[in-house]
Amino acid sequence: MTEPLLHLAGIGLSFAGNTVLQDVSFAVQEGRVASLIGPNGAGKTSLFNCITGFYRPRAGRISFAGQDLRRLKPHRITAAGIARTFQNLRLFREMTVLENVMSGMHCRTRAGAIGAILRLASQRREEEEIRAVAHECLAFVGVADERDRIATTLPYGHQRRVEIARALATRPRLLLLDEPAAGLNGGEKRELIGLIRSIRDQRAITILLIEHDTGLVMRVSERVSVLDHGQMIAEGTPREIQTDPRVIEAYLGSDEDADALL
Amino acid sequence: MASDARVLARLAGPLAGFLSRGIGRWIALALLFAAMAAAPFVLGEYATVILTNALLYVVLALGLNVVVGYAGLLDLGYAAFFAVGAYTVGILTLRAGMNFWLTLPAAVAVAAVAGVVVGGPTLRLRSDYLAIVTLGFGEIVRITARNLPITGMASGLSGIRQPWLFGWHIATPRDFYYVFCVLATAAAIVSARLSDSRLGRAWLYVRYDEDAAEAMGIDRVRVKLAAYVTGAIIGAIGGAFFAVNLGAISPPSFSFSQSVSILMAVILGGMGKIPGVILGAMIVVLGPELLRSLGEFRLLVFAIGLLLIMLFRPSGLWPGRSHAK
Repeated sequence: MTEPLLHLAGIGLSFAGNTVLQDVSFAVQEGRVASLIGPNGAGKTSLFNCITGFYRPRAGRISFAGQDLRRLKPHRITAAGIARTFQNLRLFREMTVLENVMSGMHCRTRAGAIGAILRLASQRREEEEIRAVAHECLAFVGVADERDRIATTLPYGHQRRVEIARALATRPRLLLLDEPAAGLNGGEKRELIGLIRSIRDQRAITILLIEHDTGLVMRVSERVSVLDHGQMIAEGTPREIQTDPRVIEAYLGSDEDADALL
Repeated sequence: MASDARVLARLAGPLAGFLSRGIGRWIALALLFAAMAAAPFVLGEYATVILTNALLYVVLALGLNVVVGYAGLLDLGYAAFFAVGAYTVGILTLRAGMNFWLTLPAAVAVAAVAGVVVGGPTLRLRSDYLAIVTLGFGEIVRITARNLPITGMASGLSGIRQPWLFGWHIATPRDFYYVFCVLATAAAIVSARLSDSRLGRAWLYVRYDEDAAEAMGIDRVRVKLAAYVTGAIIGAIGGAFFAVNLGAISPPSFSFSQSVSILMAVILGGMGKIPGVILGAMIVVLGPELLRSLGEFRLLVFAIGLLLIMLFRPSGLWPGRSHAK
């Protein structure tokens, strides 16, 4: 087995004495579409926040492409090649769709105040490149026509796509999607599955997603990990997970419907 | 043919609009510059002095606008950087006998260092701490200036000589008026170029959502520091020219109320909008002057006017960047 792209070992996280994550270990191989599922409050988003540097785990190791991520600030982790979307839409308000996506190129460009004030040739070239990349990412997710609209006025499903485009503009190797299907209708979910596959196949980006819609998870992912009460209780292919008694137990024991797995 | 005509007609509408917008804008700018150039001859010396002060405020307000309007950082001690610029020029020309133009880079450097020293640690914290620290910094600078022999203590520095520029002795109120016209124009151009740049967008990203900005790979501390130091440098340049214009500087010019007045100019016109901030600076300086005929009631009337503006246009006089809500 080759060295995984993302590797977590023994992650522990607690807030004010409450254990949120306990000894979580897991790995994502490069080129995979992997999913993280689990009942509400299982710690999925907390785990994302540990990977992306928003939370500091009290124990454990996180390595990405051989680099130790612990102690790195979120922006450094993004620069290292991990991009994310948010569970609740976090687009920059009062800014256009294109300007939102241009933010992703910030960590891949350099121009500062002097370049901007003097309008240096290098700065102008860079601005062109930022626009071009942002536009390409918007076209890729299929909302290029709306680039000049204020992002937060777009229909919900399109805002989700803009968030994905914005993450793609950081030129990641690993893309973390936090509940990308939340609030989408059936047709939009099918389109999302297509989009996730094309991100992996055409852009060679590894994908890790958190999702409540288990049907979507089973269709799109090659590996599924299940988190419950801050612990990793199962890991395997979608088929293995669907028949794992611990997983069924976890879902039965919560408010959610165990039928959702099938 | 018919279809060609239709296509032409469809194109002509927006095209004409675009041209008139473009040409209209240039004509408006040309008229504005003509009016600025003619003002001292038409209005006389007293008005020229007042307008010069208004233009100084435009420079300061545009500088503070980078901090408050673009990066969304509340700075309550901006006059400190104004003081740093003025005192650096005053001390170096008077005590070291340096040429004004050589002291200008020194003023910029001192302001930049002060900006990093004050902003570096504070900008790591979230929002409101900066307001408290900058408030303290503003007072520290003023009180230090009041108590050090090198800054002339309470009476300040006087006898700062007016500079020469390629054989032009910048001496009369009219000369300084034109110097400040150039400074204000430069400040507006710098602001416009910064706002339409990678750094300018980063300021907005961080202002609207720090976490999302970090997730996009933006170092929020560094970006905020860039805004704070840029504002500091513009303030110091304003202060440097203020010092040679008056020839004398003293601590009361750099009080908390000065910081508040500059902040008021930024908020009044509309944070982050260059024409709005210019308008705000004009109102803050010219408003009380225009109301002079009201005698002792003028500041009361002015204050009521400001309250009404904030009540009916809470986001400033100038229309917003977008109509979306």
